[in-house]
Amino acid sequence: MPPVLRPWVFPLLLLLLLEAAARWLVPGSDAIAPPSQALLAFGRALTASGDESVLQATRFTLISASLGLGLGAALGLVLGLLLGLSRRAASAAFLSIEVLRPVPSVALIPLAMLVFGFGYRMEFSVVAFATFWPLLILTQAAVRQVEPQLLEVARALGLSPWQRATQIMLPAMLPRLFIALRLGVSIALVVAVTVEIAANPGGMGYAMMIAQQSLAPDLMLAWLFWIGVVGYAINAATLRLQRSIARRMGEPAAEASP
Amino acid sequence: MRAARTASSGRARAAIESLLVAAALLALWWFASHQQWLSKVFLPTPEATLESLLQGLVRGELSGFTLATLQRMLLGWLLASAIGVGLGALIGASSTARIWIAPTLEFLRPLPASALLPLAISLLGLSNGMVLAVVAFGAMWPVLLATVHGLVAVHVGLRQVATALQLSRSAFVFKIGLPNALPDILAGMRLSMTVSLIVAVVGEMIASQPGLGQAILLAARSFRASELFAGIVLLGGMGFLSNALLSVLEAAFLKWQRP
Repeated sequence: MPPVLRPWVFPLLLLLLLEAAARWLVPGSDAIAPPSQALLAFGRALTASGDESVLQATRFTLISASLGLGLGAALGLVLGLLLGLSRRAASAAFLSIEVLRPVPSVALIPLAMLVFGFGYRMEFSVVAFATFWPLLILTQAAVRQVEPQLLEVARALGLSPWQRATQIMLPAMLPRLFIALRLGVSIALVVAVTVEIAANPGGMGYAMMIAQQSLAPDLMLAWLFWIGVVGYAINAATLRLQRSIARRMGEPAAEASP
Repeated sequence: MRAARTASSGRARAAIESLLVAAALLALWWFASHQQWLSKVFLPTPEATLESLLQGLVRGELSGFTLATLQRMLLGWLLASAIGVGLGALIGASSTARIWIAPTLEFLRPLPASALLPLAISLLGLSNGMVLAVVAFGAMWPVLLATVHGLVAVHVGLRQVATALQLSRSAFVFKIGLPNALPDILAGMRLSMTVSLIVAVVGEMIASQPGLGQAILLAARSFRASELFAGIVLLGGMGFLSNALLSVLEAAFLKWQRP
């Protein structure tokens, strides 16, 4: 068998097993549906309108996730830069960060619900909290790993702090920052879907919950598959972006270790 | 001597500054809540939060909820670790399995664990076992992938030693593969502890199983902000303690690797 086809064999086998089990073992079940029917349900959902429309729900999730990531990453980047540049500030903030960071992001879902009600704002605030911490920690590490010689050159050239930051530090940090951003993207998507499943009426997670509650296992499986596809596509795209940046910045394409 | 003294006084200064910043944040919370910068409905005072915390732990249901969540998290994590290492060793040790199965794992990995909750609800119902199953399944991935990676990354020299000694495949896995993969596995187990806590809380929220997740959701729905904050504080404490405990364990288990 040509190697290109090999990765597809195992998942196809699993799908066939599921198809057979759902058709013959538990026909007409409210809990599970054959994948072929899930595919048909997905086709119907593509052309549907309102909450069940694939495009609308996907857009809702992606907008919330990217707004949250934008906010969390921006704050994490700024604070990470500050703490990376000053050892004293870093050690002073250490305790507060270590106490606040382990709070599981989902614990803030009820609070966000209370403050913002349902909608975009509650979802993206939870995403922002979840992405802020890893971006903060990784930015701080990225600043520390800038070659000391580069900073000496900057000092010798008499650059102002602003010039030092924008012309020396940022370019040197860029490959590492993209690794951090890639981690942030995957966290943002997971948290956004989780918020929708737990509380927020909107997006892909909510659509999947509704499908389950209205005993439509075909539609539910279709959503599960679609959430997987969207996550995989976005992760693959950011990995490609990160590698091309790393290559262009003259560093070996470092594998991210999330 | 002097260097040692300045180093220790530097450390003491750092510790004091660290405490000062934390105290300043706490003071900011106190001030903001007393000045009502945000409505009392959202932001309770630190005193009220502390009181809810103590009352809930001593007389109320909070301690029971905490134990329930803790148990769910730990049990799910142990299951996830055991299954993850087992499956990971099976897949990692055989190059055939890697070729055929590993790409599927890469597809499943970015899937949010919570997205399996609806599926699990329809298969297993709104039960304690359902939440536990999703916690275990969701938290399994970091350990599984770390084990596969650790086994694949065994140094070529060690592989040659294994061939020269004519080690069987299982002997290779247990004597060389897994010990070498241990740093990866422990890092994966740490990540999976975080996932366990998150999925346990979400599971309690949507399946109405007794625990902190359900408690904070109910507190928010009935606008009892101080109880909500008490729950968040407890969850944060759980995350903090489990993480700290795991880094101690990690250091102890990996001592042999650093001469």
